[in-house]
Amino acid sequence: MITFVIYKLIVCVVVFALSLGVAAYATLWERKFSALLQDRVGPDRAGPKGLLQPLADGGKMFFKEEIIPNVSNRILFILGPCIFMITAVMTSAVIPWCKDVSIAGKVYSMQITDINIGVLYLFGVVSIGVYGIMIGGWASNNKYALLGAIRASSQMISYEIAMGISVIALIITAGGTLSLREIVEQQDAGFANIVWQPLGFIIFFVCALAETNRAPFDLPECEAELVGGYHTEYSSMKLGLFLFAEYINMFISSAVMSAFYFGGYNFPWSHELYDALGLHDGSKWIAIIGFGAFFTKIVIFISVFMWIRWTLPRFRYDQLMNLGWKILLPLSLLNLAITVGVEFLRGNIHL
Amino acid sequence: MQLTNRSKVVSNKVQSTTEKMYLPGILKGMIITGSHLFKRKATVKYPDELRPIASVYRGQHVLKLDENGAERCTACGLCAVSCPAEAITMESAERKKGEEGLYREEKYASTYEINMLRCIFCGLCEEACPKEAIFLTDRIVDVEYEREDFIYGKDKLVEKINKRIDVSKRQTKEVAEFKKLPGLKHNEVWSGKQINKEKH
Repeated sequence: MITFVIYKLIVCVVVFALSLGVAAYATLWERKFSALLQDRVGPDRAGPKGLLQPLADGGKMFFKEEIIPNVSNRILFILGPCIFMITAVMTSAVIPWCKDVSIAGKVYSMQITDINIGVLYLFGVVSIGVYGIMIGGWASNNKYALLGAIRASSQMISYEIAMGISVIALIITAGGTLSLREIVEQQDAGFANIVWQPLGFIIFFVCALAETNRAPFDLPECEAELVGGYHTEYSSMKLGLFLFAEYINMFISSAVMSAFYFGGYNFPWSHELYDALGLHDGSKWIAIIGFGAFFTKIVIFISVFMWIRWTLPRFRYDQLMNLGWKILLPLSLLNLAITVGVEFLRGNIHL
Repeated sequence: MQLTNRSKVVSNKVQSTTEKMYLPGILKGMIITGSHLFKRKATVKYPDELRPIASVYRGQHVLKLDENGAERCTACGLCAVSCPAEAITMESAERKKGEEGLYREEKYASTYEINMLRCIFCGLCEEACPKEAIFLTDRIVDVEYEREDFIYGKDKLVEKINKRIDVSKRQTKEVAEFKKLPGLKHNEVWSGKQINKEKH
């Protein structure tokens, strides 16, 4: 029992540190990547090659003056970024990072918890995240913040529907399981889900962009119209939490996308590779290689997110709603219908 | 009625299906931005590396000493007069006995200030100087925090005796010869001739 608690605690701390670390370095990578796309060099002053830039940025955030507006609702004002950050970190709980490792005859799974409703949990927590933005924007008592919050919540709610339906189609392909581990494992045996769900993946990807408030869906914080959007009134580390949580969201949604559609920690010819290296199930090297593959996929997705951000202009609000309700929702329903038909023909669904 | 030939017929083209799908357009845009990943970066990391500048670059000024280490400037004020930005001010003083090693002629500039914020680095002061005393060099004016620090006095302008500043690129023989041409205004003044305005 004690070992179980300790091992779970270690996994929790490692995953927490991992998501924070990745988010911190995603901010650096975003700046570096945008610089490369614009023929610049990017930050390179703090530390070797600018690798300490996230620390400098974080330190700056901590030492800035903290302003809580007089007219704001103090409790809710503080609660907003807290909720946003907590939900962002919580989502990493159900993601399977690598294959089970057996140490001294005991099997340890490298996942905080493998609940059988993992996908549902994920969506539940993500949709609580919008409360953080809404509460923060509303409590600021500022028109820009309120407009940003309204935009954020309406956008997230609209795109969650299409996203949810595309995930239902995925779950049908995956054999009706809601556990992320099982979804990843069944891709180990067969093909990655992207083969069966190309349209579903595109819908999911577009919705993930909208859910994480990334360009071209960054209307909630568009500087040109709304100053800073929902975090206009925030300063110091509270602003930092909002910005940081967004990068964690990006990391998690990249992880979810690679787990759902690209096989997570599996990769093509992995079994042949493991056999050639003489590794058996439960070996820590399998876990490390698998984690490396998973992490590579995540980094690629994060880079694509950034690539899109530095390529496309922002949507107009009505275009955003049109895309969400008139295009993505019917498309995802069509995708669901096609999936059901295909799975019926493959004999995976019985009447 | 057509007033100009600059009017254009506005096209209200209906989007084709591929255009409406938007995804090919996005991919096209991403390829364009992605191609910039491999392009040469335009950044010059300034304090570490300098852009190549011309050998006759007009940068921070220097007040030259002559070969014996005496100041060449005689505070004639021609540079201040010629300065279009009115950046140069000076006060003159008379050389005392025993200061022959410090100042070349009987009159010298006791203060000599150039406001580097006003200066436009045109080089007219250098051109006007009859004593080959002021030159622009290829040094770049430093960054300061206070406006007052940009007013350079003699302490910053006069070259150090043990740390001569090379102006041979700007003080070429041709330039020196050119400056001795009798037709030039300051040569007339300094050779003691009266300027006949009607003559010009």
